[in-house]
Amino acid sequence: MQAVAFYMFSIVAVIAGTLVVFARNPVHSVLWLILAFFSTAGLFVMMGAEFLAMLLMIIYVGAVAVLFLFVVMMLDIDFAELRGRVAQYLPLGLAIGVILVIQLSVGFAAWTGMEQENIEPGAVYGMTNAHALGSVVYTRYVYAFQAAGLILLVAMVGAIVLTLRHREGVKKQNVLEQMYRDPQTAVELKDVRPGQSL
Amino acid sequence: MEIGLTHYLTVASLLFVIGIFGIFLNRKNVIIILMSIELMLLAVNINFVAFSTHLNDLGGQVFTMFVLTVAAAEAAIGLAILVCFHRNRGTIAVEDVNVMRG
Repeated sequence: MQAVAFYMFSIVAVIAGTLVVFARNPVHSVLWLILAFFSTAGLFVMMGAEFLAMLLMIIYVGAVAVLFLFVVMMLDIDFAELRGRVAQYLPLGLAIGVILVIQLSVGFAAWTGMEQENIEPGAVYGMTNAHALGSVVYTRYVYAFQAAGLILLVAMVGAIVLTLRHREGVKKQNVLEQMYRDPQTAVELKDVRPGQSL
Repeated sequence: MEIGLTHYLTVASLLFVIGIFGIFLNRKNVIIILMSIELMLLAVNINFVAFSTHLNDLGGQVFTMFVLTVAAAEAAIGLAILVCFHRNRGTIAVEDVNVMRG
């Protein structure tokens, strides 16, 4: 049963990953990417990392993939023109991919510290996964955790700074100006004579 | 058939190689390049979690969280740069981004 689930999730993940790279339409690429994330979340559940599986769903599928979709659909790009010379890069890419696969398999074969131990789902320290993660994140890894928060803050500020632009001729509310108005400057009394206009 | 560490590492290495392949194949389309980088980070995460479970150590899962953080930040910044670039140049062809070359 475990083997069936593993092969289903991993084959779907690998096929989806391949189609991310090869899809003609970038919107389809994003959707395949979402499928790859879903299958990987299934693999995480099989390895007993339920919290990370949930995190993968929320962060990747809910935020990052939607961000990609927004950008792909918002920018008016001619994607057919962008993938003009695939055939030119195919041999180099294939060569590097094959070399990498060979290197990784040689590394695996040479590595002896790996007894075939069955990866069991389940609690690591006799707690649920989220409980165990929370107990180390806020104690042992607290500085790294704060640094991660700082990274997110910097990324948010950077993204806003990069995309914000002030356009000329757009009327906006100026709150300070409104607050500092008083009757002396805001109201002007004019003495209008009868039969005349201003 | 027992599913062990090797199986997970194989899936992770396959995904990683697919990510690298995607970068080489879509040299012009920066959106696909960013997605390939996400795929590679996903493979790294699978490795981390597999070893974390194998060694019965939660450190790998904690670091997966950090990798997720950095990946999210990288996607946000990358797409912001992309929007900025498209606004200025009207295209996202990254092959001829060499205006800053001296």
